[in-house]
Amino acid sequence: MGGMERPKLDDFTWRVGGPQGGGIETAATLFAQALARGGWWVSARREYHSNIMGRHSYLDVRAARRPTRAFFERVDLLAALDAETLVRHLDEVKPGGVLVYDPGAARTPLSKLAMLDDAAKKRLSERLGGGDPPLERALERYRTAGVRPVPLALAPLAREVAEAVGADALTARKTLNTVAVAASLALLGYPLEFLDAALADQFAAKPRVAELNRKVAAEVYRRVEPLEGWRVSAAGTPGERIYLNGSHASAMGKVAAGLGFMSYYPITPATDEPFYLEAHPEAGVLVVQVEDELAAVNMAIGASMAGARAALTTSGPGFALMTEALGFAGITETPLVVSLYQRGGPSTGLPTRTEQGDLRFALGAGHGDYPRAVLASANVEDAFADAALAMNLAARFQLPVVHLMDKHLAATTRVVEPFDVGSVELDPGVVAEAPEGVFPRFSLAAEGGVSPRIPVGTPGAGYWITSDEHDEVGHITEDPELRDAMMEKRAAKLAALGEWLGPGAMYRAHNPEAGTLVLGWGSTEGVALEAMEGLDLGYVQVRFLLPFPDLEALLEGKRLVVLEYNQSGQFARLLAQETGRRPDHLIVKYNGRPMTIEEVRAAFEAVLNGEAGAHTVLRAGV
Amino acid sequence: MELKLADYKSDLAPDWCPGCGDYGILSALQTALYKLGIEPSRAVLVSGIGCSAKTVHYAAAYGVHTLHGRPLPVAQGVKLANPELTVVAMAGDGDGMGIGAGHFVGVGRRNPDLLYLIFNNEVYGMTKGQASPTLELGAQPKSLARPNLQSKVNPLMLAFAAGFTFIARGYAYDVKNLARLIQQGIEHKGLAMIDVLQPCPTYNNLHTREWFAPRVYDIQAEGYDPRVPREMGDAERAERMARFTLRATEWGERIPTGVFWQAELPSFEERLGAFLPGYPETGPAIRGPGGEAERARALMRGHRVAE
Repeated sequence: MGGMERPKLDDFTWRVGGPQGGGIETAATLFAQALARGGWWVSARREYHSNIMGRHSYLDVRAARRPTRAFFERVDLLAALDAETLVRHLDEVKPGGVLVYDPGAARTPLSKLAMLDDAAKKRLSERLGGGDPPLERALERYRTAGVRPVPLALAPLAREVAEAVGADALTARKTLNTVAVAASLALLGYPLEFLDAALADQFAAKPRVAELNRKVAAEVYRRVEPLEGWRVSAAGTPGERIYLNGSHASAMGKVAAGLGFMSYYPITPATDEPFYLEAHPEAGVLVVQVEDELAAVNMAIGASMAGARAALTTSGPGFALMTEALGFAGITETPLVVSLYQRGGPSTGLPTRTEQGDLRFALGAGHGDYPRAVLASANVEDAFADAALAMNLAARFQLPVVHLMDKHLAATTRVVEPFDVGSVELDPGVVAEAPEGVFPRFSLAAEGGVSPRIPVGTPGAGYWITSDEHDEVGHITEDPELRDAMMEKRAAKLAALGEWLGPGAMYRAHNPEAGTLVLGWGSTEGVALEAMEGLDLGYVQVRFLLPFPDLEALLEGKRLVVLEYNQSGQFARLLAQETGRRPDHLIVKYNGRPMTIEEVRAAFEAVLNGEAGAHTVLRAGV
Repeated sequence: MELKLADYKSDLAPDWCPGCGDYGILSALQTALYKLGIEPSRAVLVSGIGCSAKTVHYAAAYGVHTLHGRPLPVAQGVKLANPELTVVAMAGDGDGMGIGAGHFVGVGRRNPDLLYLIFNNEVYGMTKGQASPTLELGAQPKSLARPNLQSKVNPLMLAFAAGFTFIARGYAYDVKNLARLIQQGIEHKGLAMIDVLQPCPTYNNLHTREWFAPRVYDIQAEGYDPRVPREMGDAERAERMARFTLRATEWGERIPTGVFWQAELPSFEERLGAFLPGYPETGPAIRGPGGEAERARALMRGHRVAE
């Protein structure tokens, strides 16, 4: 195997692909947990179809000796649990990398892959020389690219192992994921003890299942020899580190800031958050699944009017149904947080794929003018801090806050240092003391537009709330002077909110001295920072989209690049609107797949080399 | 200080048309709250959009005038967050049976402890008399350009199918009986619905006060027993269901009012209490601040890489 590069063993990626519903997520979790226990900084991203069972799904687990922020297009190890994975990920293993595959799969012709859609079939047939090629031809292509194919028949291995540990054939099938993970880790020469501990933890509730899986792992380790040139050892100790995804972090942030009520209607990928809270009553959140998003948003508004800290999660189609009520929260000055998990649009679009296509929608959702705040999270640390901040902003300024997330953030799990929960202070907002009788809930004597608040049901007092324009106690009015005064009182909250936040909270600048600045928002920050390592570029992460930070001085005299996940350049248009500056280069992606470090780096290099046009579309991904 | 009926009236004068049934419903609601001795500040009245929705502004209680079709979800949010409050949701027939009909089914499946009043005058008054979902097929009140092409929905039957545990019908001009029904509906543990028939003197020239007067009668006065206790056997329950259906679909020469159905089922608050520590006493609007960091840390502990 001359001419092979040795992969860098301080930063590598393992990809596992197979049919949806076949347990590859459990496999990836085990693999990641085993490495995390050995002190590796692990992150795992998940790609899946809108399907329950059978269609192609895969996870990338990247492990490094330092925290990482994004993913590569090409991986070091590919574990193909089925034949489709073998061809789907053609050309995506690095030279010197390893492909672990089932020898039976190599004999399958392309046409026999039942779940492979026609568009992909046609494309792959062309890449494999046309016609209906047997997958053996894919193996040749991997070999030519300097990838080492390692045949490993998992089902027979699982049967042998089961026999050795005294389990029957049915049980053997249930341990297939453990067999696959153990085989991969054994090939890497990674110590068994960490997988053993991960298994004990994974099946903690079922001691007998745990025992069996641990035996199976040990037996696999006895049968699989480490690959030549690969010795992955422990990288340290995990200490207090936690392993979680954006949905978990967003839920935790809200809980830390007092979340008490969440209503939801199921939608991908936003429902993971309420579903997680439902499963954890110790979080103290009343979670209600309701009949539709209209009910979800209005119920949360009712709970908030009564004094609960209320929040929602949804995705584009659900947010569309919530827009009327968002204005209701606006005119009634009701605190409300909506975490909007963006996915590929328009309409049903790409329900399980990522996009940042809802920015303009979030900024403008609802009829009429009312103040709102819109902020976007870049990573799981942000998701925690931003969710908490959103809850406090909503309470302090009595308005709806849209917290932008996306599918990539929701479905990417990372090892991070524990969050500083103690640093989150619950902001109760401006509360009136000992009110009595008819209470001026919408008092015009309001500093920064914020009238002191008491919840409905406060004993001894009373007021009204209406979706109509209203007077200070909440009765309907069409009086022109009162209308102006109320509109102006509400609008004043936005400036007060911006001032309260300060510029430091509204954006983050990395290497702002560079002559060319890339601007992005949401989950583009991680990939941009990794892609620009060693390049003469700066990066500005805009955290608040509304109110928009004052970037004039920062951008003065710079060449500007905007990087975002939508077709029309929604952020670029916002930037032009807010600063009068149009980006010199717009780099976008809208195929639903996360940006890869390689493609973003290539786009940045083209900008710096003067080869880039005004508009670049990134197209990587499976 | 002893509460007086006047304590349930706000300073605002109603701007409904003369002879509107809404006056009777408002008066019955205030009477019921007064008779039950519910502090005005411990009651939350939640309405939708339309003539009926203004009711909350004329009562002295917390009044929430929401969006078209949405009083039920808002009312549930208030009640679940603070289960100590008395919550009455109200909607017009368009509000409740048209744009908000999905919530009618949703709330029926949950059985929260609140009362829902449907102001049923068969037309959309505020937008000048279009046919509402409760207007009969072929009927043509004076404001319609052609006879109604859609069949009417029966709120009693729909409430039954959705799982409401207290189903009643009242008449806006029989304030005394309506107040009694509202009182019973508030006292009922679980979800109560009262379909309140009311003339619209401006747009419904078919079902007027004169049309209703000789037709409405009280089923309780005829000895109808609506109670369906939890322990009732299947055969007897089936017989009650048949009896309910006969009364609920009677319409024409005689129009029944009163309580049609009263069943026992755990409320949504009780169901939640089985999973949420301390609920309903720990309702998110009444538990007070404190413990947030501990709750977040408890979640975080579950994500530790190693113990």
